[in-house]
Amino acid sequence: MSSRDQIIQAIQKVKSDNKTLPEIPEFRVPEDLLATFILSIEGNKGQVVSKEDFQSWLEEKGYLKILSNSERLEVSNLQILPSDPHELAELELAILDGQWASAENGAIWLDDTQLRLRAIPFITEHLVITIPESNILGNMHQAYDKIGAAHSGFGVFIAGPSKTADIEQSLVIGAHGAKSLTVVIV
Amino acid sequence: MSHPSKAAEFLKDQAKSHWHDETLWFVRDKRDKISKSIPEWENLRTLASGLKDYVLNNLDTLLLDFEANAKKNGIHVHWAVDAEEHNQIVHSILEKHDCKAIVKSKSILTEECHLNPYLEKRGVEVVDTDLGERIVQFLQQPPSHIVLPAIHLKKGDISKIFHEKLQTEKGNEDPTYLTHAARLHLREKFLKAKVAITGVNFGVAETGEFVVCTNEGNADMGVHLADVHIACMGIEKIIPRRKDLGVFLRLLARSATGQPITNYNSHFRSPEPGKEIHIVLLDNGRTRQLARDKFKNSLKCIRCGACMNTCPIYRRSGGYSYGSTVPGPIGSILSPGIDVKKYSTLPFASTLCGSCSDVCPVKINIHEQLYEWRQEITKANPDLAKGMSMKMASGIFTSPLAYKISGNLMRKSLKALPKSIIYNPLNVWGKERDLPNPPKESFKEWYKKNRP
Repeated sequence: MSSRDQIIQAIQKVKSDNKTLPEIPEFRVPEDLLATFILSIEGNKGQVVSKEDFQSWLEEKGYLKILSNSERLEVSNLQILPSDPHELAELELAILDGQWASAENGAIWLDDTQLRLRAIPFITEHLVITIPESNILGNMHQAYDKIGAAHSGFGVFIAGPSKTADIEQSLVIGAHGAKSLTVVIV
Repeated sequence: MSHPSKAAEFLKDQAKSHWHDETLWFVRDKRDKISKSIPEWENLRTLASGLKDYVLNNLDTLLLDFEANAKKNGIHVHWAVDAEEHNQIVHSILEKHDCKAIVKSKSILTEECHLNPYLEKRGVEVVDTDLGERIVQFLQQPPSHIVLPAIHLKKGDISKIFHEKLQTEKGNEDPTYLTHAARLHLREKFLKAKVAITGVNFGVAETGEFVVCTNEGNADMGVHLADVHIACMGIEKIIPRRKDLGVFLRLLARSATGQPITNYNSHFRSPEPGKEIHIVLLDNGRTRQLARDKFKNSLKCIRCGACMNTCPIYRRSGGYSYGSTVPGPIGSILSPGIDVKKYSTLPFASTLCGSCSDVCPVKINIHEQLYEWRQEITKANPDLAKGMSMKMASGIFTSPLAYKISGNLMRKSLKALPKSIIYNPLNVWGKERDLPNPPKESFKEWYKKNRP
């Protein structure tokens, strides 16, 4: 007998009760979604800027190696998207468009459509994600309602920069992935 | 070695064990604060527990749905009855790709299977990429906590091992400096690895996708640069629907570290063009635990570690005192299910205060199961020392005369006995404990004198 059948049979031998699958009710969401979202992102050690502030931030930083898949922001002198993500090892800044965001925790949803190469938001030194104010939802339940039917090979909720506290619980930003997250409200 | 003797080891360094205790309590406190900021917190716990009840009672159909959907998405699905088969499957995939070096992100399941030594014996270099896991791997230690693998170490220890392994400055203990040294070291490994292994937080039956949560982004760095992704998953990690993730992701990080969500929550549904995803579904005693009516609820666990952070015993005795892959209260009810002899002291490593059950995001009745395991173990080993003292007590309590005499004796001896008799090395219980001041007379004696 295959291991698969062995496992399934072992489960079927156990008497099971007819439990019903609970339905998830609607929960109240914060009134001011944008303000809550900003607080959440800041709590996760990211920053939120306006479209105008973004332009001056970008000039000030002076990054040379920039990749953008954004259809919402105009940025010049970009790198060309490679086919092999290893070529992005020196990437300084990636700019991506977020689909939906959850105000309660700052999580922003992106999938293959926006990423084009899945490694981009992780391998880049710094990350910018755009989100329209109208796409900020209350909580994770509302976010899953929006993305529930979408079929993408890969999707990710990103809520902040890469971080760790594995050395004596001291928070350090920039463990393996992006050292900063800047969210641009468009 | 038993839990008490290993705990005594840990307590030798008093400053360190005190720090351990306070730091974990701080994490527990953060969990309390953030849970109170969500008005529906208790509803979410009830929902999560109900969802897991449904899972445990429909595990066969959910697993088969998961398999069918994952296959439809182009994922290779493997089944393993035990650790040995799990390791063989992983190794055969590596052999097929002629792979001699892999990166791995935090996976308690591969610890449970002892995958690292299995692969290393066969000439594969395994690099754990979670910072805490890399640190303990350098020291050839297992993780001491399922979420905070290096919580038993101080930055001085880490500075020393990094100086040796990564040539960092001698004596530089700055966490930022040390973390960035690890970043550079691991980036090199990420860029070279052809195969990446991850654990799984949730597998979704409805879609055949699985979700991996990290703060460091190490799982994603590994899998998106590699050609092959092997995900290792316990069969109990299944959930029915995609929308159920909303409930579990709201609970997981808040319970684990007191943050609103992990910074990266990746949903893998099908491989990137030209790449492969394999998933290994592991039993390894889980179906046996499912068949034990009193203990099956332990399979609801989502591995947040909240029960460890709150446990007065875990905080003071450290993760290694348990000697099991999953330590702490949840480990003490899971491990006897795997090997009741080896882990017979674990269910006794508890005050039964119930704090673990109070913080559990999926409402496992941990302290009640600890009590139940004690019954099972005492039944199976009537000679256990603690069992004996309980028997003595039951003899005293059932005979009124014996109770009266022993009470008088105790009140006198508590006053007269030198402390050295109570606080001697043979009496483990006496450590860190003080005996009460004995009253002059018993309540019965007092009542006789004072009754109206």
